[in-house]
Amino acid sequence: MGVIEDYVARIEETCGEEKDFIVIFKYERKDEAVTKILRKAKIKKSISRIIFELTFQNFSFRLYGTGKAIFRNLKDKSELKRLLANLLS
Amino acid sequence: MDPYKIREDFPILKRKINDNPLIYFDNAATTQKPKQVIDAINEFYKNHNANVHRGVHTLSQEASELYEDAHEEVAKFINADSMEEIVFVRGTTEAINLVAYAWGLWNLKKGDEVLVTLMEHHSNIVPWELLSRINGFKVKYVDVNDDGTLNYEAFENAISNKTRIVCLPQVSNVTGVVNDVKKIVKMAHEHDSLVLVDGAQSVPHLPVDVKDLDVDFLAFSGHKMLGPTGIGVLYAKREILESMEPFHGGGEMIKDVTFNTVTRRCSISWNDLPWKFEAGTPHICGGVGLMAAVRYLENIGMENVRLHEKMLTGYALRRMQELEKIKIYGPRDASSKCGIIPFGIAGLSSHDVALFLDHYGVMIRSGLHCAQPLHEKFKLKSSARASFYIYNTREEIDRFVEVLKEIE
Repeated sequence: MGVIEDYVARIEETCGEEKDFIVIFKYERKDEAVTKILRKAKIKKSISRIIFELTFQNFSFRLYGTGKAIFRNLKDKSELKRLLANLLS
Repeated sequence: MDPYKIREDFPILKRKINDNPLIYFDNAATTQKPKQVIDAINEFYKNHNANVHRGVHTLSQEASELYEDAHEEVAKFINADSMEEIVFVRGTTEAINLVAYAWGLWNLKKGDEVLVTLMEHHSNIVPWELLSRINGFKVKYVDVNDDGTLNYEAFENAISNKTRIVCLPQVSNVTGVVNDVKKIVKMAHEHDSLVLVDGAQSVPHLPVDVKDLDVDFLAFSGHKMLGPTGIGVLYAKREILESMEPFHGGGEMIKDVTFNTVTRRCSISWNDLPWKFEAGTPHICGGVGLMAAVRYLENIGMENVRLHEKMLTGYALRRMQELEKIKIYGPRDASSKCGIIPFGIAGLSSHDVALFLDHYGVMIRSGLHCAQPLHEKFKLKSSARASFYIYNTREEIDRFVEVLKEIE
């Protein structure tokens, strides 16, 4: 999981019914991370080039130009880490 | 009061986030700190730092005086009888846990009832639920109306001679609704029940007078009223504190610990109030910072704080209603609430809204705000929450609404 440590600063797990994962990329590498992800994932929709609605390996998620992403409906954190590793490698 | 002048005291408000001026609307979570508070902490560590009480040297005397002054200042701020009724804790959560374990553990039993509301922050639910597993009493929940206001009729029906303590927030941390605490206190006292008020969202925003409200316990946090994190207050009537067992055991909270050579046990006598409830080395500079925060608010005047927030809330509610896809939860009447506005935008989760606003330097909170039962009542998975304080302005609200329009 070296690539995750390279790019990801924190992963926040929200509480309640919506078990979202909010990924915060390292400030100094966020632009690089966003570029990599936009290259790999398919853009479904973009709002003002601030929010990107993306799909990757049958999962939908939202990426923010500020270097944050929200992943939903994932089984657990290990599934998130697998996706991130693929997106960022 | 002049919010533009006040802003000059807050260094952080000069920051830019993503090349935009910082707009801080997450004040219900924590407030920013004026330089007077930052300087007081700095000055303490630079010139007065020492452990408090039972030290004979100069620095210890100075630190003890400052720490005691902080208790006095807080007592004056909420109109308590004396500093003996003011216990410094880590925050509202610890204050409520103190009541649960130092009063509840010794006084509640099977057959008793603890009344809480559905608008409670988790910190006024979980300690009681935990304790009920030990003591077997019942935690009874009082419903709220569909608009998030307290259902006083349900309260009246729920309260009985089995009720030993009534717990409620003076202001909801989700909707900003201000509850009629005096009315509840009167009802509770008629049934010989105590009342614990969660003042986390009221003490920083309204004039609060514990004698006028006649509450038995009031819990609040320093960091939500310009003070540092890690310091909070439990107010309790002196006679109740005197009758209670200590919460934590250790140094500072005892007068004597004597070893009996016959029984081979120690007999312990407790320290005077409030130290009986402040075991170990306390958060001294936290107390000093809180004193500076209280003085700052006293200089402005709590009536002025309330008026400013009412004006901002009314203005924000009017401007937000211009938006088509926005839904504001809870009452829309600024006079019945504090400066907290929960809302949602169709098709977007609260986190999406918060991250979009963050792009433009606007900080709001998203999620459940530690109040899941109230969100369940509203049939919401989460909500976005904007909350205001003394340094916020109408121009910031205009910018916030502009960004929300862009999301729509």
